[in-house]
Amino acid sequence: MSAILEVRNLVKLYPRVTAVDGVSFSVEEGTCFGLLGPNGAGKTTTVEIMEGILPPSAGEVRYRGEPLGARFRSEAGILFQKTALQDFLTVRQTLKLFRGLYPHGYDIDELLALCSLQKLADRDNRKLSGGQQQRLLLAVALVNDPAILFLDEPTTGFDPQARRNFWKLIEAVKARRRTIILTTHYMEEAQRLCDVIAIMDRGRIIAQGAPHELLAQHFADVLIELPREDYTAAARALPLRVIEGAERVEIKTDDLDGTLKALMGVHVPLRRLRIRPPNLEDLFLELTGKELRP
Amino acid sequence: MIRRLLAVWHARNLEFLRDRGSLIFTLLLPLALILGMSFVFGGPERAVFKIGVLTDDLGSIGHPFMSERYVDFIAMDDQAAAVRKVARHQLDLLLDQQGGAMRYWVNPDSPKGYVAERLLLQTDPGAQREPVGGEAVRYVDWLLPGILGMNIMFSCLFGVGYVVLRYRKSGFLKRLHATPITAFEFLTAQVLSRLGLILVVTVILYAGTSYAIGFHSAGNPALLLLIAAAGSLALIALGLTIAARFSSDELVGGLLNTLTWPMMLLSGVWFSLEGSPDWVRAIARLLPLTHMLDAARAVMLDGAGFTDVLPQLVFLALMALVLLAFGAWSFRWRTD
Repeated sequence: MSAILEVRNLVKLYPRVTAVDGVSFSVEEGTCFGLLGPNGAGKTTTVEIMEGILPPSAGEVRYRGEPLGARFRSEAGILFQKTALQDFLTVRQTLKLFRGLYPHGYDIDELLALCSLQKLADRDNRKLSGGQQQRLLLAVALVNDPAILFLDEPTTGFDPQARRNFWKLIEAVKARRRTIILTTHYMEEAQRLCDVIAIMDRGRIIAQGAPHELLAQHFADVLIELPREDYTAAARALPLRVIEGAERVEIKTDDLDGTLKALMGVHVPLRRLRIRPPNLEDLFLELTGKELRP
Repeated sequence: MIRRLLAVWHARNLEFLRDRGSLIFTLLLPLALILGMSFVFGGPERAVFKIGVLTDDLGSIGHPFMSERYVDFIAMDDQAAAVRKVARHQLDLLLDQQGGAMRYWVNPDSPKGYVAERLLLQTDPGAQREPVGGEAVRYVDWLLPGILGMNIMFSCLFGVGYVVLRYRKSGFLKRLHATPITAFEFLTAQVLSRLGLILVVTVILYAGTSYAIGFHSAGNPALLLLIAAAGSLALIALGLTIAARFSSDELVGGLLNTLTWPMMLLSGVWFSLEGSPDWVRAIARLLPLTHMLDAARAVMLDGAGFTDVLPQLVFLALMALVLLAFGAWSFRWRTD
C-alpha cells in the first residue's frame, strides 16, 4: 500500500492562537482515516489545509507525492461542515452544475440512485430536510467519483436513524476502495467506519493507529460499572481508581479478580454490576481529559 | 474550461430567471418610470428660455440682450452641435457675436424659439437670422436612454456585486473553490450571464416602450446594442471589483450606493448637465454611465454613427478591461 496523502509538519497560526501545531501523518490509499478531537482541537483547520482551501503557515500536504494542484482538485470530493448551494436550483440542476466542473465522474441518475435522491430530483434544494440536504451534499462531493473523499463532521445534528443510513452510504463508498478522511466527534461513527484514527488536541496529534491497537496500547485496564447507590461507604474506603458519574461509578482496574474480591469483601451488591472493555470514548477521555461531545 | 464556464453560467441564468421578485423589479421599475415621467412632463414646457452663445466666456459679451431676465444663457464651443440642439428644440436660440455683428439660429417651428426671437429683435433689430429645421425632441425621448441606462447600472452593480458577496458569505464560493474551476472562469461566467440577461431585458424594454409611447430614434439599433453591451461590461466590472474581496454586507452595500447615487445625479439620467459647473462635469466624465448615455443619446437623437461614438466605446471598453483584471487579481473565494 502507498500513501495517497501525506501531511508534513503542518502549522497554522492565527493572530492569537496556534490552531495547528506541527501535525504529520500519512493516509494509505483505500483506507478510512478518522481525525478525532474535542471542539477547537484544530480538526477542521487541519482538514481544510488538506483540502487545499486554507494555506498553511508552515509545512506541506502532498497528494500522490505532489503538492496539491489541478490533479488533486479534480480527484478529490469534499463535504464541508457547512456548505451553501446556489439558490433556486433543483437537486438535479445542482448536481449538473457540479458535474459540469469535472472532466469525468458519475452520470446524474446513477448519483441520484447512489444517494437515494431519486424522489427529490426536481425539488428546490432549499426545501430539503437536514438529512436530505446532507445526502445532496454527499452526492455533490461524489460527483467526480473521487479517489479521495473528505467528510467533515458529516452526521452532526442527525437523528440516529438518519445517521445509520448515512453510514451505509459511506460504507458503499468504502467498498469501492476509495480513500476517506473523516472528522467526527461520534466515537461510534469512528469505530464503525475508520481503519485508522488520529486523536487531536490543542493543535497536535496525541495518538494515532488502528482503533483496537490504540485501545490495547493505552488500556491494560477494564472497567467495572456500578450504580451509584451500590457504591457503599465501605467500598469508598478501598484503594481503587474511580470515576464518579451522576448515576454510575466506574472503577478502572488491571486486576479484575482482585478488585472483584475486594468489592465482595466489603459486601458491595454485585447484582447490577457490569464489566466492560474500554472503548474509544474512554481512550479519548484518558488522553485529552475532556468529554468528546460538547 | 468552456464546459466549467458554461455550467456556472447556466446555473446563474436559472437562478436569475427563477428569482421572480428581482426579475419583475428589473422589468417593471424602468417601465413605470418612463411612463410616469412621460405623463408628468408631457404637458407644456416651463417658460424659461435656454439660449446658447458661441463663446468661451459669457461675461465678455456686452450685448444688451444678455441682460434679459428669465433667460438661461449657456456658453457653447462646438457650433455644429449647438445648431443641432436648436434643430431639436433643446435650445431656443443660438447666438454668435464672434464675427462682430450678431448672428442667430432659430427653428421657425419652435414656439419658444419664436418668442425668444421677438425678444432678441427688440434689443437688436439688425441681428442676422439663420433658420434651422428639425423636429422637437420631447423630454421623454431624451429621458428614455437615461432610464434604460439607470436600469442597466443597478442591475450590473447590484446583480453582480451583491450576488458574488452572497455566494462568498454563504460559503458557496468556498465549495466552488474545492473544484477545478478557476477564478477567471467563475468571474467570466458571472459577467457573461449578467451581460446576456441585461441586454435581453433592455431590448424588451426598448421594444415595449417604443410600442407603448412611440419614441423617436434616429440611429442604428445595432449600434445602440453595442453601446449597451460596452456600458454593461464596464458596470459589471465595477460591481465585481467592489465585491472581489470584501465580506461585509454593509461595506459592499455602502460602496455600491456611493457609486450609484453620483451616477444617478451626475451622469445625466434625469436632466442635462449643460450649464453646470466645470467640476461637476469633470466628475461626470469619470463615470461609465455618463459615457454610455452620451453615446446612446447621440445615436438616438442625432443619428450618430459608429465613429462618432467611438471615444465613448473605447472609454467603456478600457474601463471594463482594467477593472476586470483588477477584480480577478484581488478576488477572494472565502471570508477571511
